[in-house]
Amino acid sequence: MSNGVPIVRFENIEKSFGSFKAVDGVTLDVPNNSFFALLGPSGCGKTTLLRMLAGFEHPTSGRVLIDGEDMAGIPPNKRPVNMVFQSYAVFPHMTVRENVGYGLRVSGVPRGEIGPRVEDALRMVRLEAFADRKPDKLSGGQRQRVALARALVKKPKLLLLDEPLSALDKKLREDMQLELVRLQQEVGISFVIVTHDQDEALSMADLIAVMNRGKVLQVAPPWDLYEEPNCRFVADFIGEMNLFEGRMLSADGGQARLDLKGIGLVDVPWDYPATSDVALAVRPEKMRLYREEPELGWVRLPGKVAQVAYFGDNSQVFVETSQAGRVVVLRHNQSRSRDEPYRTGTDCWVAFEPTDGIVLSD
Amino acid sequence: MENWRRQPWVFATFIGPGTLWLLLFFLLPLGWIWLFAVGEREGPVDIVVTWTLENYREALQPVYLQLFLKTFLIALVSTAICLVVAFPVALAICFAPERYKNVLLLLVILPFWTNMLIRTYAMIAMLRQNGFVNDGIGLLWTGLKYLLTPIGMDGLMGERFAPLPLLYNNTAVVLGIVYVYLPFMVLPLYANLEKLDRSLIEASLDLGASQVRTFFEIIVRLARPGIVSGIILVFIPALGTFLISDLLGGPDSQLIGNVVERQFRAANNLPLGAALSFLLLYLTFLALALRAWFAARAEKADA
Ligand SMILES: Nc1ncnc2c1ncn2[C@@H]1O[C@H](COP(=O)(O)OP(=O)(O)OP(=O)(O)O)[C@@H](O)[C@H]1O
Ligand SMILES: [Mg+2]
Repeated sequence: MSNGVPIVRFENIEKSFGSFKAVDGVTLDVPNNSFFALLGPSGCGKTTLLRMLAGFEHPTSGRVLIDGEDMAGIPPNKRPVNMVFQSYAVFPHMTVRENVGYGLRVSGVPRGEIGPRVEDALRMVRLEAFADRKPDKLSGGQRQRVALARALVKKPKLLLLDEPLSALDKKLREDMQLELVRLQQEVGISFVIVTHDQDEALSMADLIAVMNRGKVLQVAPPWDLYEEPNCRFVADFIGEMNLFEGRMLSADGGQARLDLKGIGLVDVPWDYPATSDVALAVRPEKMRLYREEPELGWVRLPGKVAQVAYFGDNSQVFVETSQAGRVVVLRHNQSRSRDEPYRTGTDCWVAFEPTDGIVLSD
Repeated sequence: MENWRRQPWVFATFIGPGTLWLLLFFLLPLGWIWLFAVGEREGPVDIVVTWTLENYREALQPVYLQLFLKTFLIALVSTAICLVVAFPVALAICFAPERYKNVLLLLVILPFWTNMLIRTYAMIAMLRQNGFVNDGIGLLWTGLKYLLTPIGMDGLMGERFAPLPLLYNNTAVVLGIVYVYLPFMVLPLYANLEKLDRSLIEASLDLGASQVRTFFEIIVRLARPGIVSGIILVFIPALGTFLISDLLGGPDSQLIGNVVERQFRAANNLPLGAALSFLLLYLTFLALALRAWFAARAEKADA
């Protein structure tokens, strides 16, 4: 494994099922030793892309390289990758230990070596106590660990995980997220995980590729993806977003002047050539609520609270503004007071700093 | 179930007709025959139940024991061939595109809709001396000889094609049984394989197993219940076969079914026929009991 070569390289991958293009021109590198997430809505082609790495699907055109080697014509059982299936696919007729040992046994690892490696893998996923059980006597989370151990014991160059946590309840899911990150650091290989849960991707991955309709829209670390999405789809898909549509009037010297519908003229940082139709995107937590009109140089919008969604640690306050329609503001519930100052129907002001907004042209 | 227990009348209405039917047309006649086996002939039609064991003693004569053994072997071979032929067929239907599945299943079941006698005669048309199989091979033989003549190697093949003796022997009986009972093997296998989670196969390949290894360690292993059902559904009727061996078999292809039939009809020795039938039935029960015992033991080993 030379350092410069990415562990995975997709070169111009297309995949059609009949006349339907499930993957439409994907070019993508997965760096060595990274936790990489493929994120996107249902049906956008994430699983298809992953299955091309495992060798269960073949690209209609383009090349898949793993560790610099072209995978065309190499069957699944000869590839240096292992997969954790969405349904776990734990063999029901084998005990936990037999499941974990299966991959070693069928690929001709000497008998004496299998035992210790299986025990190591079981210890790694904390399943030693369940080694002799059959899968039907395990919980969902335990079955998932079997699938993990079974893949990791083969020491692949790359571990593929297809929505591994979607069948678990919230608490267990959060535990397993931490566990997966720990395992990735411990074994030091790349993990490619498919998910449609943005929180999962943001909290686990080093690098996230956002997909929609067979295309990769943006590849970036979590912070960049959240704070600097490159298009409306990514901005909207990751977290909540308020979009204010408008036009760009002029741009120079690192600044642009926007004319936003219902708001008026706003100056924002902008390093690119001028474009025409744009939107200013502002995260709910970057917006503030005031009872009276605040004395600030920010954008200020009068409105009325339309709805409040309470989540315990915070609340989403939906404000119907007369100028710019409905906006959502995030409020941290910092005191235990029952007297929520912003109840439905309360008159209020919404304000935000234009520099906290993101200018989107796509 | 709980609800049924609380409403016994609903329960009785549901299972009443079936129970009555089985009682009248299965258990009573069977009990009748069972009594024949311990009875004696008195005149051409009357049988008196004397609780004699003479019939069973006669049925256990070496001639008959040999017949039992032979029947057992032929049923065994036929079942094995059925299994080997049916497994790929069932697997292929499972993996066929969705829209062809029903058509393929229909093709498997289609022979059922033809009378068994006609099907067996069709086998005769295939296998006899001037049947389709021999004619086909004969044609190939002639063609090959024609091709070899110019290079002077036709001498290798003899003067004339001698038709293969395909009919009126044990092979024909086995072929007939396989042909008639194949659907009974394909259907339970198909039902079982259809339920198999495809991702298990993919997981096995992903873990480095070859296709062959995956076939034996995952597919066959998980199809075990279907295999057992198929074996039972083919083996047991094959044990009782008499029509197929009668029509396709030669003088040495008599099975226990033929002897029973002869006792009941031509020889008019109902008690002996009944004793032979019941010996066969006891054997079948023994086989099923053994299977249940093995299954229970395997289950215990799992727990
Ligand atoms: N074997 C196939 N035959 C035909 N169409 C397929 C096949 N596999 C996938 N597709 C289609 O390709 C598209 C992408 O499928 P894929 O399974 O990659 O989606 P996904 O992003 O994993 O979605 P999800 O989050 O729901 O799992 C879907 O519209 C799907 O219907
Ligand atoms: Mg998927």
